[in-house]
Amino acid sequence: MTANDTHRAIETVWRIESARLIAGLARLVQDVGFAEDLAQEALVAALEQWPESGVPRNPGAWLMAVGKRRAIDQFRRDERLERKVAELGHELEIQQAEADAAGDEEIGDDLLRLIFTTCHPVLSTEARVALTLRLLGGLTTDEIARAFLVPEPTIAQRIVRAKRTLASKRIPFVVPEGDEIAARLASVLEVLYLVFNEGYAATAGEDWLRPALCEDALRLGRILAELIPREPEVHGLVALMEIQASRTRTRVGPSGEPIPLLEQDRARWDQLLIRRGLVALDRAEALGGALGPYTLQAEIAACHARARTPQETNWARIAALYDVLLRLMPSPVVGLNRAVAFGMAFGPDKGLQLVDELAAEPALRTYHHLPSVRGDLLAKLGRRAEARDEFERAAALTRNGRERLLLLSRAAACADGPTAVAERPDASRT
Amino acid sequence: MRVMVLVKANEQTEAGVLPSEELLTAMGRYNEELVKAGIMLAGEGLHPSVKGARIQFSGDHRAVVDGPFTEVKELVAGFWLWQVKSMDEAIEWAKRCPNPTGGESVLEIRPVFEAEDFGPELTPELREQEERLRAQTRDRR
Repeated sequence: MTANDTHRAIETVWRIESARLIAGLARLVQDVGFAEDLAQEALVAALEQWPESGVPRNPGAWLMAVGKRRAIDQFRRDERLERKVAELGHELEIQQAEADAAGDEEIGDDLLRLIFTTCHPVLSTEARVALTLRLLGGLTTDEIARAFLVPEPTIAQRIVRAKRTLASKRIPFVVPEGDEIAARLASVLEVLYLVFNEGYAATAGEDWLRPALCEDALRLGRILAELIPREPEVHGLVALMEIQASRTRTRVGPSGEPIPLLEQDRARWDQLLIRRGLVALDRAEALGGALGPYTLQAEIAACHARARTPQETNWARIAALYDVLLRLMPSPVVGLNRAVAFGMAFGPDKGLQLVDELAAEPALRTYHHLPSVRGDLLAKLGRRAEARDEFERAAALTRNGRERLLLLSRAAACADGPTAVAERPDASRT
Repeated sequence: MRVMVLVKANEQTEAGVLPSEELLTAMGRYNEELVKAGIMLAGEGLHPSVKGARIQFSGDHRAVVDGPFTEVKELVAGFWLWQVKSMDEAIEWAKRCPNPTGGESVLEIRPVFEAEDFGPELTPELREQEERLRAQTRDRR
């Protein structure tokens, strides 16, 4: 193996092992920033020694042992912490004795502690995202910066400040318990879905790291599902991401225009991801209890995934699911999607009635999907002049050039007669 | 990116020799690691080729040939589909696999084509045409 090959192997091992390494060290030293520094020192040691000695059989254990030794060295320099030294020394002996049989549960718990810490609500959302992608996702600062279209020094600072905040607020390195879990878990899931959506919104023409964020989020979600399998919303989120990711290839047309869900070529939906999503959904529901928002959204996505053609869509079920979702997530956007579903299930009259109930919502005033949906329903009811007005209003509100052209063409089609209007009721999500 | 990892067949897998208890346990643990790492998409073992069949194409002619097939080197005994960041990562994970057949074994890693792979030379229009052709071919099967 050439020196270059070994270097690449070490880098690859690092990407695989770094999260667990940092997590294990963080439990020992109770500081995520310090843990990362120790992990980096272990990496440096690997870069120095492995080209000669070869990559060890259990690279994770090797790195952990070095990290712990460095921790002891550091603590020795600070005499006040002699007790810590004794503890760590003891740990090191145990570690060496049980090298390969290291408790999976322990590692799992450490990773859980790490993700709950990097997603701690005391940090801003941006900080949580950056810190999580760095420590758990194994992304470099540069990769995170490119993925989020932010200068690298900004991300670097965000991460430094995040670690400092966790230390200064003395955030303990633990898995939350009891009453705390629901809120803390929500914080974690929010971060993961945010990363996913950033990737989902990216187009193929941009830096490949951007759409790759979907993969990063899915991977972390899948990991989390194995760490806390008894939390239904984790499976719900994973199901949602798997099913949405299944449509990646069909969401954009040849000229880069967005293709709405109901017009996508279903033959090119990734069936493997759909199947995985449905399995995850089953796991969520098998755990019992009322369905949470992610699971509900996944159920809605599953309704579309199960329909081989748009005509086979179970709109009545989608409408019922939106009813429940709206109660949990009373957002005007959810309300609008509910109106669309009701329109498809029970007729455009019903849909229009629900849309009009939302018309006064301030949050929707500049949301182009509202007039677009309204226009579609009016067109179905034969009220072509009003439909045209709504499409033109929607065209004026959207910032997306291609979307504007599509809406203007729908407006023009209204003049030609009801049969010229294509079926395009779906709002927002493609 | 995705990779397919093929477990190449050998005389033992073709003979339908069941893996030892030890290997089954080790493989089980390995598969668990893949799942816990979030990279496992799919994975299955294949019956020996005596249970398989081939379709041989020559122009318009189709011939069906039943297994077993004698050229063991050409055969596959199992596969995985992994979601990884790079071939390097796939290789590292593959190295950690317990010897899949217990004897002389080969794992072959092949990256899966994604739409982006056709590169910038393929204009969006051409890419669309490529996808349409692939969809048509799929429908014909």
